[in-house]
Amino acid sequence: MASFSTTATVDDPRISLGDGGVLPPVRAGGGDDGSSPRLPDYTTRLRRARLGLLVALTPVIMLFVSFSSAYVVRQGLPTLDPRTNQLVLDWIPVTLPKLLLINTGVLILSSLFMELARRQVKVQVTGVAPETVPGVSIGDQVRIPWLAMTLLLGLVFLFGQWTAWRQLGANGFYVATTPSSSFVYLLTGTHAVHLMGGVLALFVAGIAALWRRSVATRSIVVDVTAWYWHFMAGLWIYILCLLEFAG
Amino acid sequence: MATHDFAAQELHAHAAPQGFIRKWVFSLDHKVIGLQYYFLALAAVFVGMFLSLLMRIHLIWPTAALPLLGDIKPETYLTLVTMHGTIMVFFVLTTAPQGGFGNYFLPIQIGAPDMAFPVLNMLSFWTTFLGFVVMIAAFFVAGGAPLHGWTGYAPLSALQSAGPGEGLGADLWIISIAIFCIGALMGALNFITTTLDMRAKGMTMMRMPLTVWAWFVTAILGLLAFGVLLSAGILLLMDRNLGTSFFVPLVTINGQLTGHKGGSPLLWQHLFWFFGHPEVYIAILPAMGMCSQLLSVFSRKPIFGYKAMVYAILGIGFLGFMVWGHHMFMSGMSPYTAFAFSIMTMGIGVPSAIKTFNWLGTLWGGRIRFASPMLFAIGFVSLFVSGGISGPFLAQPVLDIQLHDTAFVPAHFHLIMGVASIFGIFAATYYWFPKMFGRMMNESLARWHFFISLIGTYAVFMPMHYAGMAGQPRRYSQFTEVHYLAGLIPLNKFITFAAFVTIAGQLIFVVNLFWSVFKGPKASDNPWEATTLEWTTATPPPHDNFGGHTPVVHNGPYEYNVPGAPRDYVMQNDPEIKAAH
Repeated sequence: MASFSTTATVDDPRISLGDGGVLPPVRAGGGDDGSSPRLPDYTTRLRRARLGLLVALTPVIMLFVSFSSAYVVRQGLPTLDPRTNQLVLDWIPVTLPKLLLINTGVLILSSLFMELARRQVKVQVTGVAPETVPGVSIGDQVRIPWLAMTLLLGLVFLFGQWTAWRQLGANGFYVATTPSSSFVYLLTGTHAVHLMGGVLALFVAGIAALWRRSVATRSIVVDVTAWYWHFMAGLWIYILCLLEFAG
Repeated sequence: MATHDFAAQELHAHAAPQGFIRKWVFSLDHKVIGLQYYFLALAAVFVGMFLSLLMRIHLIWPTAALPLLGDIKPETYLTLVTMHGTIMVFFVLTTAPQGGFGNYFLPIQIGAPDMAFPVLNMLSFWTTFLGFVVMIAAFFVAGGAPLHGWTGYAPLSALQSAGPGEGLGADLWIISIAIFCIGALMGALNFITTTLDMRAKGMTMMRMPLTVWAWFVTAILGLLAFGVLLSAGILLLMDRNLGTSFFVPLVTINGQLTGHKGGSPLLWQHLFWFFGHPEVYIAILPAMGMCSQLLSVFSRKPIFGYKAMVYAILGIGFLGFMVWGHHMFMSGMSPYTAFAFSIMTMGIGVPSAIKTFNWLGTLWGGRIRFASPMLFAIGFVSLFVSGGISGPFLAQPVLDIQLHDTAFVPAHFHLIMGVASIFGIFAATYYWFPKMFGRMMNESLARWHFFISLIGTYAVFMPMHYAGMAGQPRRYSQFTEVHYLAGLIPLNKFITFAAFVTIAGQLIFVVNLFWSVFKGPKASDNPWEATTLEWTTATPPPHDNFGGHTPVVHNGPYEYNVPGAPRDYVMQNDPEIKAAH
């Protein structure tokens, strides 16, 4: 895993589009096939990757909007009690494990680390000493592997979710126990699957560093993963609020 | 978003592959991937057609034992209905016009060297292919394929013991659709990013061909719709396999409680149709775009009302998400809600009519060349109007309740969504075949194919409207013993014979297609004298699409019959014309 210097702050360093309107330089490596002999410049690739991510997040949002809609609808549906032949509500609120709050803290912290990793790789990609870049300040030269720490916290979060599910089970709430518990497992599980995608991307970024791929390629992978990671953190907070306050 | 000049440096994000596997199987080239989608859809359409033929045979000879298949039982008939609809909607109507032609021509038409994410593009095809394999596998597992219809209505689809085919076969059906959704989402991501970020210099949004607009808006529809279908599929799988009750109320099967309670079958319908209605436009919009293109090219006139056509595509896309409830008038809803859905559904008639009149306006006064692509494009307009005219009837709850479960509805949607879209695919095939394969198709065979298809289609589906109005129910496997429907037996025999002839006519197309790939006369680079960028490059296009340079666009896509121009068309990359129209 690559290590980075600590406490860098960057005011969105601009990468040159070329010399006075001349076409930008083409760098080797990267692309989504990774074997490209000739590629567009860094700025173009970064913009395209970010746009792709933005587009890719749309169906993820639609997925959770759809689940949320089902959650609200299902909550208000009565069912027939065959013993009394009366319509009754079968929605039994689930008391969420306190561990989920700790997991939330872990995920937010990981998001912070991810942002630090993103900014540091971005400094590297300028190809100049960070101290000379306007808006960048280097606190000290201690190298902290932010990416590795993010990855570690991501795994801790996933393990924490697994533990929370075990606690739910120990309290008698399984997937099919009540409709509310079904949604708890559904929403947290689907979020966990998506977060695993982020973990996978972090592994890819780490491997890219180990294989000494170009800084530009690593920067793009880390940048897109960072925005995805922040989205996952925000999505988790939404899910937690939905389960806690709308249940 | 700004346009960008990629110039020589960004000619292709990956080198031209050399080996067979990298070149033709796991290719990153959008053109090869487009062909892969196209031939996947071609295989799927023959499976789907075969199933429909079995249905038609069974309807008029319900006791006949077929070779290899034996008797067709009622549940087998429902299986045929289910798999025919699913394969046709997902693996033909969604796959060929968007995945096939969109992949091949969108990058070239905007002057890009490839899709934005080539690996993702390859993955989207192979994911779709996997989905098709899983779907076909449902035929061969214990219990066979499901019988719950392509709409998969719960609770029938949500209970493993609800009927034959509702066990593993139904699981495979759901998994296949989920896989398809993921593939379609990857494709949509590529289409949108490519359109927004990779247009050549000068290719402003309002210079994009209507094909590109149609593929772009279709991709947006897919992006918003397939995520919802995926979510519904996940919930359905959980109901089936984990005992949850999202869609299943308290029900008994053979007097035994199923263990489910409180779920809502209507919830499934809402989620499904929120996807399902935009899916109609996912199927038809690319065909609209392709036929708009062809009508202009072969009329030698600019498309009538380009901007209105663009806004109509956007309007249809937007309204497509507002009208899903009209599929559920029969399921029960507040009359006020039904009224709102009814009004909005009829509102879609406005942009649809704009497009139709603009197509007619394009034809009016043109020097029309009745080549085979043009014949199919005109056939598309004819079918779209014929199928669309019954839309406002069905948009009214009071009429829909009478007609919904009759043959009237299959007649309606087969004309407007099914065969119209297929005609768009045929038109596009005859039009772009020279560019894709470097050879021309046989024109005489193409004309035979057109007239058999057009007459055959009307012979199959127009009488079906009358059968529906006479009360013939849809989805019933056998009606010949029903007294009040006895008078419809001759009509149904006619429909079945017409189906035989129409399907046989498609063999002409297949023979023409494969013969022409190898033996057709060589095509020039621009045999139709069209203006868009794919006709500015070599035939077939080189690996990087434009052979080492990137086009710069100066003109709109439909500059025909321009006063003062040296010929009756001006290419998009020709020097800018000042005196145009």
